[in-house]
Amino acid sequence: MTTSELAPALEREEAADPFELAGETFRSRLLLGTGGVPSMEVLERAVHASGTQLVTVALRRVEASSSGAMLEVLDRCGVRLLPNTAGCRTAREAVLTARLAREAFGTSWVKLEVIGDEQTLLPDGVELLDAAEQLVAEGFTVLAYTTDDPVLGRRLADVGCAAVMPLGSPIGSGLGIRNPHNIALLREAVDVPVVLDAGIGTASDAALAIELGCDAVLLASAVTRAREPERMALAMRRAVEAGRLARGAGRIPRRWHAAASTPMQGLPEL
Amino acid sequence: MDVTVNGAPAELTDGATVADLVAERSGGHDRVAVARNGDVVPRSSWTSTPLATGDVLEVLAPTAGG
Repeated sequence: MTTSELAPALEREEAADPFELAGETFRSRLLLGTGGVPSMEVLERAVHASGTQLVTVALRRVEASSSGAMLEVLDRCGVRLLPNTAGCRTAREAVLTARLAREAFGTSWVKLEVIGDEQTLLPDGVELLDAAEQLVAEGFTVLAYTTDDPVLGRRLADVGCAAVMPLGSPIGSGLGIRNPHNIALLREAVDVPVVLDAGIGTASDAALAIELGCDAVLLASAVTRAREPERMALAMRRAVEAGRLARGAGRIPRRWHAAASTPMQGLPEL
Repeated sequence: MDVTVNGAPAELTDGATVADLVAERSGGHDRVAVARNGDVVPRSSWTSTPLATGDVLEVLAPTAGG
């Protein structure tokens, strides 16, 4: 069955369980990053297969930027743009980048990213919180990329972030969710949507994020750098759907030892 | 006048505005943003913002990103 044949059924499932974010309603719980995409054709097919309605983009010096074709593709796909502040290392840089992105993309939504370490690209919590507070005060809808620290997550929600987006593991690492307990604790700690952002390697990671209580998943490399991005995009979409069903259905408690599922009563003596 | 555009020295005609800079540098992008000396220049002010010697300018455009 092809991706397009599957889409109507998936759309019906998704529509029955919408995702509310900053007063907007989304059918899809999958946010897609464009970073690492090999071509515009691949991007368009991956966006369709993923069913995403919210796609991240970035700003760079004009001579290093992609051609205007990317935005044409995204316009055609009918997705909403979510500019990021990737590469910023201080609150000052991130606030200025968000303002520039608002000018360029005409949206006050921003994926706020303030990096504190070159090797791991881990967020700098101090600069992040400072930038978040300033941007909220300027009327931005701030989706904060953060560590999986539940206390920092709560502080970001307290200053008015529209969503808290903890990493599963470092950006582009594909290491999955290294501390599922923290993700579940963070989910408990805040009332705003939690979006698992960064570290997703394959479909089971996305399903786990949703099973842990995340409201949505943001991923880029796992799809754009997969051998077959369109297929992986569909896998992620179905993983999010499966995770959501499982979360709603209620998993069984974990036990140390076995609990037989076949009754012992009536066991013959042979 | 001598200014810095996207990290490199550049020479612009005296009296040039931000709009002139964008026209020269935007490379066909219509969603461009400009920072001048660390502040955003809103699109609505491009034609009314003259540049000055020593200005540090960034002309930015959309690209792919996570």
